[in-house]
Amino acid sequence: MTEETGKSFYETGRPGIRGWIFSTDHKRIGLLYLTSMLTFFTVGVCLGLTMRLQLMFPGHSIVPAHVYNSLYTLHGVIMIFLFVIPGLPAVFGNFMLPLMLGAEDVAFPRINLLSWWLFVTGAGLALLTIFFGGLPDTGWTFYAPYSIRSGQNVSLAVFAAFILGFSSILTGLNFVVTIHRLRAKGMGWFKMPLFAWGLYATGWIQILATPVVGITLLLILVERIFHIGLFDPTIGGDPVLYQHLFWIYSHPAVYIMILPAMGAISEIVPTFSRRTIFGYKMIAFSSMAIAIVGYLVWGHHMFTSGMSNTARAVFSLLTFLVAIPTAVKVFNWLATLYKGSIVLQTPLLFALSFIFLFSIGGFTGLIQGALSTDIHLHDTTFIVAHFHYTMFGGTGFAFFGALHYWFPKMFGRMYKEKPAKLGWLLMFLGFNFLYFPLFIAGFMGQPRRYYDYLPKFAVPNLVSTIGSWILVAGLIVLAVNLIRALRFGEKAPANPWKAATLEWETSSPPPLENFVEPPVVTQGPYDFVGKGLVKG
Amino acid sequence: MEPVEGSHEHSDYIGAKIGMWLFLFTEVLLFGGLFLCYAVYRHRYAQDFHSAAHELNAVLGCVNTLVLLTSSLTMALAISALQKNRPGLSRFYLWATIGCAVIFLGIKYVEWGAKIHHGIYPGSEHLMANFNPGERLFFGLYFSMTGLHGLHVIIGGIVLLCVERIVAKLPRGEDPGESGTVTIIENAGLYWHLVDIIWVYLFPLYYLLT
Repeated sequence: MTEETGKSFYETGRPGIRGWIFSTDHKRIGLLYLTSMLTFFTVGVCLGLTMRLQLMFPGHSIVPAHVYNSLYTLHGVIMIFLFVIPGLPAVFGNFMLPLMLGAEDVAFPRINLLSWWLFVTGAGLALLTIFFGGLPDTGWTFYAPYSIRSGQNVSLAVFAAFILGFSSILTGLNFVVTIHRLRAKGMGWFKMPLFAWGLYATGWIQILATPVVGITLLLILVERIFHIGLFDPTIGGDPVLYQHLFWIYSHPAVYIMILPAMGAISEIVPTFSRRTIFGYKMIAFSSMAIAIVGYLVWGHHMFTSGMSNTARAVFSLLTFLVAIPTAVKVFNWLATLYKGSIVLQTPLLFALSFIFLFSIGGFTGLIQGALSTDIHLHDTTFIVAHFHYTMFGGTGFAFFGALHYWFPKMFGRMYKEKPAKLGWLLMFLGFNFLYFPLFIAGFMGQPRRYYDYLPKFAVPNLVSTIGSWILVAGLIVLAVNLIRALRFGEKAPANPWKAATLEWETSSPPPLENFVEPPVVTQGPYDFVGKGLVKG
Repeated sequence: MEPVEGSHEHSDYIGAKIGMWLFLFTEVLLFGGLFLCYAVYRHRYAQDFHSAAHELNAVLGCVNTLVLLTSSLTMALAISALQKNRPGLSRFYLWATIGCAVIFLGIKYVEWGAKIHHGIYPGSEHLMANFNPGERLFFGLYFSMTGLHGLHVIIGGIVLLCVERIVAKLPRGEDPGESGTVTIIENAGLYWHLVDIIWVYLFPLYYLLT
């Protein structure tokens, strides 16, 4: 026993800012990601609020049309590349994965630090477009040929996205090797927590899909400088080929966004129903199934761009198939809750609303996966509502659920329950007021990405804008409550929720080496009875 | 696979190898996007691709293939020499590999220079006026793919230089397997063979299919 024993990772290591930005400790890197990411999230929320304000009434203008184009581009780029894609893996994956596996760190701690630096560099480059050459106005998808011809600084933006992709690859690679090599003694594959399974599936997608978008974005850059013409019909190329290459990555990327979120939900649900998870293996395999099938559905983004009928039918069928492993998870969560001793605390509220909102997002996804209805709904606000229900209602709510679940472990403090529940309620209500009307407006035919609309869409848009205020009020309540807890919160015990996974067996916050003694695993991750947390 | 205990300073041979192979997957997929473009446009403009390939110098392409294959041999010899604890010999073969990389890039420079001298480069007026769409795309892809490959040769060369320095600084009598140097040179070798094998695919697709 050294003198260091009993000290948390906050109290060991180099002091000052250098002790953070050059630290290879996975816990510190996780917190670095958390702070940088919440900063970008705040910027993204402000951009979204401005867009909603612009769309409050028809003909009402607070920003000119070209600025609106940049607003939705930047909102998309920030939210997708800087928040939702790295969101759960980079923050909670980094912090929790080694703890959950009983390891001291990830497999490659220095590469882990490098990936954060790449993340910050990419983000910095993206923000530089504000000062040099003008904000990109192409939408986050950078569709050719407009992205090749736009006078704005698209080159810097796509290069930034390339760097961010590289950061994401390194994180995924690190996690896959960590899971293969650093599990504690006795932890077989099927004794891993399900969050680790989610990260494992995600890691493979990050490795196998991200390079494709990397080269695609580099090609946009090359096109802009050298005019090779791969995506330019005047030279001989085909812009639809760009869309294929882009979505070969970017559709699997939506599973990069959602799989770790589902993993976090699979941790929260058994903990707060005090019951072992129903269908452990099915949840683990369904993550892998989603990762594999999700690879083969990219064509459904191009049903209206010109494709053979055979290709459209195949892509539509495969799209329906992805819903099956997703539904397996939903049923398993519900079965876990059934006859559980449910404790309705904030993380569970987020998890339950995740299931509700993500189901709506998933079902409306099937409506677009069907060929005939997609022709009607393509490029309307229906799509906007659908992917916000999955990305924000899904991953976003899971992110905040995970934050409230692991907050005591990460910071060693408890937050207050009542304000957290109030914040959740406002967020949940605001979210539905914000996005549900867009389903209706989209169904009536309102196109997305326009800075104005016909008067007949006035009511749903007004409701939506008011919803955005309620949502932000909820976010503020949550933020104030958590920041307050950092300073004044009660000291957190090692296991405040009576959870059964390994990260709760060490102190809150954990020591630098994570565990005083390397843990030996004998029970499953959700064996509440075996660990004496619930009477048998 | 047996899980092992974690440690901050662990040197996990198998872990390092898995990591390297995963990284090579990402490299293959990076080039994969370009090979996909090649396949699509070759299918669409078969005749144009056929005639444009005549413009490339198959002799220089052949020589370059031989140079790179030789470099893979010297790379393998360098690894094997270090595994047998002969750092001096290993360094000799590393320099031979780096020499091959420089020759390859030199020949590539001559080839590109000749093309550009004849007005065949992306966006040139000559290319737009006198060539068919498929031929323009052929040259566009040729420059992109050999360019990206050339960039990898440069990066690989720099990696090998670093490895050479690490081997040179090995203390006398120390087992290079113990200090992890063998892992480093093996992983650098894997990268170099990847650079090589990509060229093995580029060469027939551009020079031989005429």
